[in-house]
Amino acid sequence: MTDPNWMRTTLDNGLQVLLRPSTVAPVASFWVFYRVGSRNEIPGLTGVSHWVEHMLFKGTERYPRGEFDRLVARAGGLFNGMTGADWTTYFETFPADRIELALQVESDRMANSVFDAAEVEAERTVILSEREGSENSYFQRLVEEVQATAYVAHPYRHPIIGWKTDLQSLTRDDLWRHYRTYYAPNNAVVVAAGDFDGAAMLDRIAYYFGAIAAGMPPPPVRGSEPAQSAERRVVLRGEDPTAYLLQAFHVPAATHDDFFPLVVLDSILGGAKGMGLFGGSANNRSNRLYRALVESQLAIDVDSSMGPTVDPGLFTIGVTLAPDVDPRTVEEVIWGELAKLQEGDVTAAELAKAVKQTRAQFAYSSESVTNQGYWLGFSEVVASQEWFATWLERLAAVSAEDVRRVARTYFSPAQQTSGWYVPNDDALTGDLEELE
Amino acid sequence: MSAVRRSLPGPDDVTRVQFANGLTVLVRENDAAPVVVLQGALRVGSVHDPAHLPGLANLTASLLTRGSEHYDFDRFNETVEQVGANLMVSADLHLTEFGLTALAEDFADLVAVLADVLRRPTFPEEHVERVRSHWLVRLQERAQDTATVASDRFYEALFGRQHGYGRPIVGYEEGVNAIAREDMAAFYRSHYMPEGGIIVVTGAVQTAAVIERLQAAFGDWQSPRGSVASPMPSLVQGSQRHFSLMADKVQSDVVVGAVGPARGHPDYYAVRVANCILGQFGMMGRLGERVREELGLAYYCYSATLAEEQAGTWLAAAGVAPANVEATVASILAEFVRLASQPVEEHELADTQAYLTGVVPLALETNQGVASTLFNMELYGLGLDYLARYPALITSVTAEEVQRVAAVYLQPETALVVVAGPEAG
Repeated sequence: MTDPNWMRTTLDNGLQVLLRPSTVAPVASFWVFYRVGSRNEIPGLTGVSHWVEHMLFKGTERYPRGEFDRLVARAGGLFNGMTGADWTTYFETFPADRIELALQVESDRMANSVFDAAEVEAERTVILSEREGSENSYFQRLVEEVQATAYVAHPYRHPIIGWKTDLQSLTRDDLWRHYRTYYAPNNAVVVAAGDFDGAAMLDRIAYYFGAIAAGMPPPPVRGSEPAQSAERRVVLRGEDPTAYLLQAFHVPAATHDDFFPLVVLDSILGGAKGMGLFGGSANNRSNRLYRALVESQLAIDVDSSMGPTVDPGLFTIGVTLAPDVDPRTVEEVIWGELAKLQEGDVTAAELAKAVKQTRAQFAYSSESVTNQGYWLGFSEVVASQEWFATWLERLAAVSAEDVRRVARTYFSPAQQTSGWYVPNDDALTGDLEELE
Repeated sequence: MSAVRRSLPGPDDVTRVQFANGLTVLVRENDAAPVVVLQGALRVGSVHDPAHLPGLANLTASLLTRGSEHYDFDRFNETVEQVGANLMVSADLHLTEFGLTALAEDFADLVAVLADVLRRPTFPEEHVERVRSHWLVRLQERAQDTATVASDRFYEALFGRQHGYGRPIVGYEEGVNAIAREDMAAFYRSHYMPEGGIIVVTGAVQTAAVIERLQAAFGDWQSPRGSVASPMPSLVQGSQRHFSLMADKVQSDVVVGAVGPARGHPDYYAVRVANCILGQFGMMGRLGERVREELGLAYYCYSATLAEEQAGTWLAAAGVAPANVEATVASILAEFVRLASQPVEEHELADTQAYLTGVVPLALETNQGVASTLFNMELYGLGLDYLARYPALITSVTAEEVQRVAAVYLQPETALVVVAGPEAG
């Protein structure tokens, strides 16, 4: 994890550069992280960051639409872009001798994306189609409802893809303004991982990116989330017969001292996830929630999740209910498990297991330069290199008392948001109406 | 720092041995990370499901990690998860696949666990019921998903329910409800054997030690009899248009396609190149360019091939608003016609060939990537020198070949069109 074999610097225009040369395989991966995501959006303009990401694939003067993907693919490269709550990122992974193409295309579209009006319009229906695809899933709709309910003020309440009404009304100028505001070298981090010479790579990065002028510092995020003191509930109904439950609790930002104790708590409740997006084990049946819910046949599946975030995030527990199970029963069982943690019922073996599972997942994940590039850039934007480099040590330093303390601090009925998807033909529907 | 390993996996660094019982083992050492990946399979899959018990292979595979002679459910979970390893078994069409990923320090011990679950499962009654109820909910979830429903319908229309290719691997509710513990135990006894099995190991290992350990774990496993034959699929395709109404959904899924070549067919490489041009290269090839970029109809519109042991398919798929289904189907068919009636431009062919050959190092970067590649090479009898031969197999495909295979397989008059979703807008 701690690796002396990497370099970091900042160019004069503010661009942060992270390099991790390695000599394992003849491949290299290049990432650009922009410090902009749904957290930077305001009502009426939700989804703008994600749409801007789409437009970055729609051409520059030098590489008209279609050229970018053609050049990357014919060079044997893989590419993609992703928009998150805290960042928007783009990457290319190439056979090592082609990596310079990544610097060319990324530096070009950082500064010179065209945002052609007709292309903006064509993309509107594509993004609506992307949204509508996920609307087919009641679980995805439940996630959206719970997120928007758990947060009352902070922009994390917005769906990253944006509300449909905003997608229908966003203009080319909205997108252009957003791009000009946030896509500046002083608001970005570039990462290269893989088979290259560090000094030569730095030289090339300076060559391609150094001439791009710094922009104004981007505006700060407004809207912090007030402490939750009232239980929040949402009930979604529909025709699909599989019932779901999703609970959410507010947790601190990745850089907070309680973050790692909460990671251990998450590992005990729902299995270790390593770093999240590219981590997580396929085998996950010895954790507390699985034993309490799946082995007892209340659920067929359960998942806990806590992603590292810039601002305070959410700890979620998602459950696929077995047929004819009352979601209130599931909630009681979950509270039973949380209560045990609040009483300090954590064994040394479980603490050790959390660390070992995480160590294994880092080892598996680190084989890929694409993953390495992702985690270096992600860490820089969300926390720091030190945060990433000392992950296992900090995990190992968490005690049973720490887990007990954070279980008491962050988990109570008044701090929860609970969402249910209830099938229309469920026997429960009648019962639930009586509650309202 | 050690030098970058540039050599392709091949006869010089892959050891291949065959045990007396018909199990084939391949090992490639890689000390880049303290990790070991094992990938393998036995020659039993959903094509072997009895007609009245579709889903049996899948359920049987699911039970293996829920109780074996030396590892009951809890002990299995603790042993594997304690050390952060992955050990999974799952059924596919012709194969039951298994995988083990572990830190090098834990790998040797886990081989014993793998051998126990594969060779000595106990099918505990309690877990038979649990697994059944899980799969029933999964079946229910699949029936709620437009892409899955469209895909299932497509394969059923092509191959019929009588053959494994025409059925989902998970089977159907009726069958899953009917399967009893004894069915699984009997299926296991008659179909699970080392004959024809494959195990690939890559990572921080020493070849001789791995082979010795696998020999100790699997060498004395005897097959009850010779390999079990799989029935051949016959093409059913009657009606060419199918619509599955899913009234509550927002978006529809569309699948348009036909049979394609099996893995061993001479057309395989030409179809692979043609398919990349049609719906994969860059941002989903010609289909992506037309249906997504130009017309803005879909977030995804791509093409894919399935090239299995006995037969294959070649299809295009898209997720679109119900009102745009007809326009999308028309655009897809128009791209089929275009590919079949006009030779692709030389630069377009060259770009695709450059991609298919150039991307290979990315697929071989990790232990998992190497293990999967070696596994496929062994499965289809491609030879240990396959990776050295592969570029020529791709670059030898001509524009005329691309046009020819498109004309053979992608005929709009007989293409199957499957839609799942609400009524058109």
